[in-house]
Amino acid sequence: MAENTITMIITRQDSPESSPYEETFKIPYRENMNVISALMEIRRNPVNANGENTTPVYWEMNCLEEVCGACSMIINGQARQSCATLVDKLEQPIRLEPMSTFPVMRDLSVDRSRMFDSLKKVKAWIPIDGTHDLGPGPRMPEKKRQWAYELSKCMTCGVCLEACPNVNSNSDFIGPAALSQVRLFNAHPTGEMNKGERLEALMEDGGIHGCGNSQNCVQVCPKGIPLTTSIAAMNRDTNIQAFKNFFGSDHVY
Amino acid sequence: MAENRDFFYRRLHSLLGVIPIGIFLIQHLLVNHFAVYGRESFEQAAGFIHGLPFRIVLEFVVIYIPILFHAILGVYIVFTVKYNNKRYSFFRNLMFTFQRISGIITLIFITWHVWETRIAIGLGSAELNYSLMENILTQPFMFWFYIVGVVSTTFHFANGLWSFLVTWGFTITPRSQRVATYATLIVFLVVTYIGIRAIIAFAYGA
Repeated sequence: MAENTITMIITRQDSPESSPYEETFKIPYRENMNVISALMEIRRNPVNANGENTTPVYWEMNCLEEVCGACSMIINGQARQSCATLVDKLEQPIRLEPMSTFPVMRDLSVDRSRMFDSLKKVKAWIPIDGTHDLGPGPRMPEKKRQWAYELSKCMTCGVCLEACPNVNSNSDFIGPAALSQVRLFNAHPTGEMNKGERLEALMEDGGIHGCGNSQNCVQVCPKGIPLTTSIAAMNRDTNIQAFKNFFGSDHVY
Repeated sequence: MAENRDFFYRRLHSLLGVIPIGIFLIQHLLVNHFAVYGRESFEQAAGFIHGLPFRIVLEFVVIYIPILFHAILGVYIVFTVKYNNKRYSFFRNLMFTFQRISGIITLIFITWHVWETRIAIGLGSAELNYSLMENILTQPFMFWFYIVGVVSTTFHFANGLWSFLVTWGFTITPRSQRVATYATLIVFLVVTYIGIRAIIAFAYGA
């Protein structure tokens, strides 16, 4: 019988202001469970390991196929998506905690607004709206499209910010994800027309210079995005932009 | 206008670490290495540097002001980090933390070293000669303090050189960054040898 239950120790928190506490759950084992299906089991029957009734554990989820980033949490000490983490591959007891870089809303759910604000700050989009048809855009070399596609896999999950020692309450560093997005949109032939604006956003306080090259981000990224390559490439581009801005250039835009 | 200066300060911090501070470090250790060739040899070399024209200006522009800026911003950087080596025990993360620890050790070492030598000479309580260093380094505690200080400084320089290459956008690909790791390791070993060899010469004679 003992083999047929899963033990989960979950760090819970009732509201953004209240203090966190741990609660243990025993969940009946089924084959091919992921962390989310185990959490769903708690939701179905919210009774903790002591047999007491409790509130169901709250978490966020959306796509269930590791493309939305909403279900990120710390599982056995490692930040990852709970949908793509299989129970069979985890050591027991399974410890679940909310990510520590973001404000906790409730239980395992965190507020990742700062990441979305960063995307707005660096203008991570391509402006094509206007009053008239602009016609087809310029073509993109296939080889470039291939590496840019890898960057486009970013799902703003927050795992890189969680692993980064320079993203914390003492620092205003924007984090790796947004830096890589600037590279993606600057690589696009139409997006390139607003290249300078994005680079200048990276040169504002809290920008690219907050990177200390610990390179944890590239190791933990669940999508395997070459984040440190992006950061180094943006280092080069922001430096060139800074020189152009200071000394002057007809190629600054 | 005072807004958004961080980018400039951090880039200046990175640049100053190599030019002029890194270049000065190598020059300084090379001149010290003359101790290996004997007392007169060292005193002649140190005397040449000491007798350079506009020495005070050179010292301020090449050494004091850059190191002071690098140190003050550096201490700030060290204390804005949430270290997480236990959870993320990757090589680069370890280097990241060592860079910050070695920075603090180097700052303590340099402060003491400047006090004991340059300031003491400036105040007239010591004289620039071989015996000054000989007297310091024949004390076992100071000998090890200098060994730790020099290794910490050369590590901080070599690993900082690696970061410099990334910060200025020279090494972008993972491959170039890996090669730079090996290259800066060689820099570390070579510069450390030059420094330590001179300390041993002062302590135990050439």
